Amino acid sequence: MYDLIIIGAGPAGITASVYAARKRLNFMVITKDIGGQTAWSGDIENYTGYQFITGPELTVKFEEHMRRYNVQMREDEEIIKLQKMGSSVWLKTAKGEECEAKTAIIASGKTSRELNVPGEKEFKNRGLTYCATCDAPLFAGKEVAVIGGGNSGLDAALQLMKIAKHIYLINITPSLTGDPIMQEKVSESELVTVMNYTKVTSVFGDKFVTGVRVKREEKDEMLKVQGIFVEIGLVPNSKFVEGVEKNEWGEIKVNPYNETNVLGIFAAGDVTDVPEKQIVIAAGEGSKAALGVFKYLNHLR
Amino acid sequence: MSKKVTVYSTPTCPYCVRAKQFLKENNIEFEDIDVSTDDVKAQEMMSKSGQMGVPVLDIDGQIIVGFERGKIKEALGI
Repeated sequence: MYDLIIIGAGPAGITASVYAARKRLNFMVITKDIGGQTAWSGDIENYTGYQFITGPELTVKFEEHMRRYNVQMREDEEIIKLQKMGSSVWLKTAKGEECEAKTAIIASGKTSRELNVPGEKEFKNRGLTYCATCDAPLFAGKEVAVIGGGNSGLDAALQLMKIAKHIYLINITPSLTGDPIMQEKVSESELVTVMNYTKVTSVFGDKFVTGVRVKREEKDEMLKVQGIFVEIGLVPNSKFVEGVEKNEWGEIKVNPYNETNVLGIFAAGDVTDVPEKQIVIAAGEGSKAALGVFKYLNHLR
Repeated sequence: MSKKVTVYSTPTCPYCVRAKQFLKENNIEFEDIDVSTDDVKAQEMMSKSGQMGVPVLDIDGQIIVGFERGKIKEALGI
């Protein structure tokens, strides 16, 4: 039986795997993708040691670091159920495989929240996207809307400012909420129209997106755009975890040692209720979780 | 006989990177098209796949959207 199974390979899962490898634990990483949200990030200027690096570049660095230790990894796998069974942790993948380990670190992160408006599903990848980093280059010279005034919305707007013809930044709150330094860059641009107090009501088009309907201060408006970038926050990937305490947003509750309320189940990074979601924090949490597992296993022996 | 493989991608898309890595690991030759700099090819990708998400793989005329390892393997017969 494995000492440990790490779920997820974002900054938390990858850092946990580096620490676990250095502690010579017998472990495996099961993950849907590599890099998690880091892979989708644009410009990163606050990860210590790199004054400037892009998300995809940092992801490559992370992966190289992990691969150095010949970590046993299964990519492209989703967990559908994880729970404590007897004294070990049991899990099942979407492909129907089952696996048992003495401990687990859940580092499954978060995924994009959806708008839940008519037209969203229909036009996904037909002009509507949740990944500005991936798809922004396809919208060169086009009119686009970015939904969301937080950091990821501003990040998308900044990426699009380099190429798009015009950007409507649609924000539901009274003012933008992202970092002031990004707000300034966006507000100074002639290419960006900031629309506060504005809610998206539907997405429309024919074969591809041709526009978005919004409601601003009780008034309906229609914007002609060819691209829609949805950046309205995230939801934790914690549904598959059973019997573990979560907060009202579904984040897994952990103590300062990254322990959940269930013995042997640890969690780290954005999927947890740790204050502040940052790459550097997720990485630190991953290392804490792996060290916690190491101590827990020693205690068992 | 080897199949003709085309990958439509952008340099910033992580799944594009992984898809190309996967092809290289399996010694599959392919044409790599950067749709962020080639508008004509971007249109070609959109009309072939009916959508705008990258990557798009064209394997002997069979269109696969996204890094779908299983489908890619099947189309390549590996």
